[in-house]
Amino acid sequence: MITDTIVLICLVIGILFNALGVLGLLRFPDVYTRMHATTKATTFGSVFTALAVIIYGGSLYYGTADPQYITLIIHTIIAALALAFTNAVSSHALARAAHKSGIKPAQAVVDRLGEARR
Amino acid sequence: MIPFVLTAIFALVIYLILTAGSGNLGVWSASEIIAGIALALVTAGVTRRFLCRSGNYRMANPLRLLLIPVYILGPFLVEVTKANLDVAYRVITGNIRPGIIRVRSGLKTDLGIFMLANSITLTPGTITVDIDEETHDLFVHNINLAQGEESHESIQDHELFAIADLPAWIRRIAE
Repeated sequence: MITDTIVLICLVIGILFNALGVLGLLRFPDVYTRMHATTKATTFGSVFTALAVIIYGGSLYYGTADPQYITLIIHTIIAALALAFTNAVSSHALARAAHKSGIKPAQAVVDRLGEARR
Repeated sequence: MIPFVLTAIFALVIYLILTAGSGNLGVWSASEIIAGIALALVTAGVTRRFLCRSGNYRMANPLRLLLIPVYILGPFLVEVTKANLDVAYRVITGNIRPGIIRVRSGLKTDLGIFMLANSITLTPGTITVDIDEETHDLFVHNINLAQGEESHESIQDHELFAIADLPAWIRRIAE
C-alpha cells in the first residue's frame, strides 16, 4: 500500500518534468536554451519513472523472493545510466555542431566561444 | 599482460551484472558464470589495447571506482535536483539571460575533463559547447548568467555549482 503511493508519486514527478521539458521546447527562443529544457528535464523525468519501476520491483521481490525481479531492477538501473550518459554526450555534440555551423545564441549577453574562434 | 587481466575482469563484472538473478549460485547459475569467464577471456584477447590506452592504471584502484557511485548519488544528484527546479522555474516564467562563458578547470587528465564536461552537461541550465584543447578550458552555455558575470574573461569551475564542489570530487576520483 505504501509502496504503491511512493511509486505513484515518482511517476507523477517524472511525468511532470517531462511535460515541463515539452513546454520549454515551445517557449524558449533558440536551439541552446531549448536543449536545456528538452534534454535535461526529460532525463530527470525518465530517471524518476525508472526509480518507480525499481521501487515496484523491489516490493514485488520482497513479497515473492523471485529472482526475476532482481534482473528487472538491475536492467532498469542500467537503462537509466545509459540514458544519462548518452544524453550528456549527444547534447554536447548537438550544441557543438550547432555552434560550428554558425548559429548564434539568441538573446545572449556574452559569447566567449565566438570571440575565441575569431 | 596487465591490460589483458584488467580488461578480462572488467568484461566479467559487466557480464555478471547483466545476468544477475539467473540462478542459485549466489544470484547466478553455474552455466552463466562459466560462459561469462569464457567470453571475458575472448573479449580481453580482442580489445586489450583499448581499455588501458593511456598506460596509467590509477583507475584500477577500487577506492576510486567506489567513489564514482558515491559521487553520482551524493553531491551530483543534489546539484542536478536543484538545477532542475531552477530550470523548471525558468520554463514557466520565461525569465532567462543566456550566454557562453569560458570556464577554467585546471584538470589535466582526459578522464577528469570527460567527467567534468559530462557533469556540466547533465546539470540543467549549463551545456558544455566546446573544449579548448590546449588549455583544457571549457566553453559553457549557461541559461541564466548572474548580473556582471559576462564581464569576466573566465570563471573558475566551482563557481558554476551552487551547493556542492563537484570539481573537487572529480579531482579526487580521476587525478
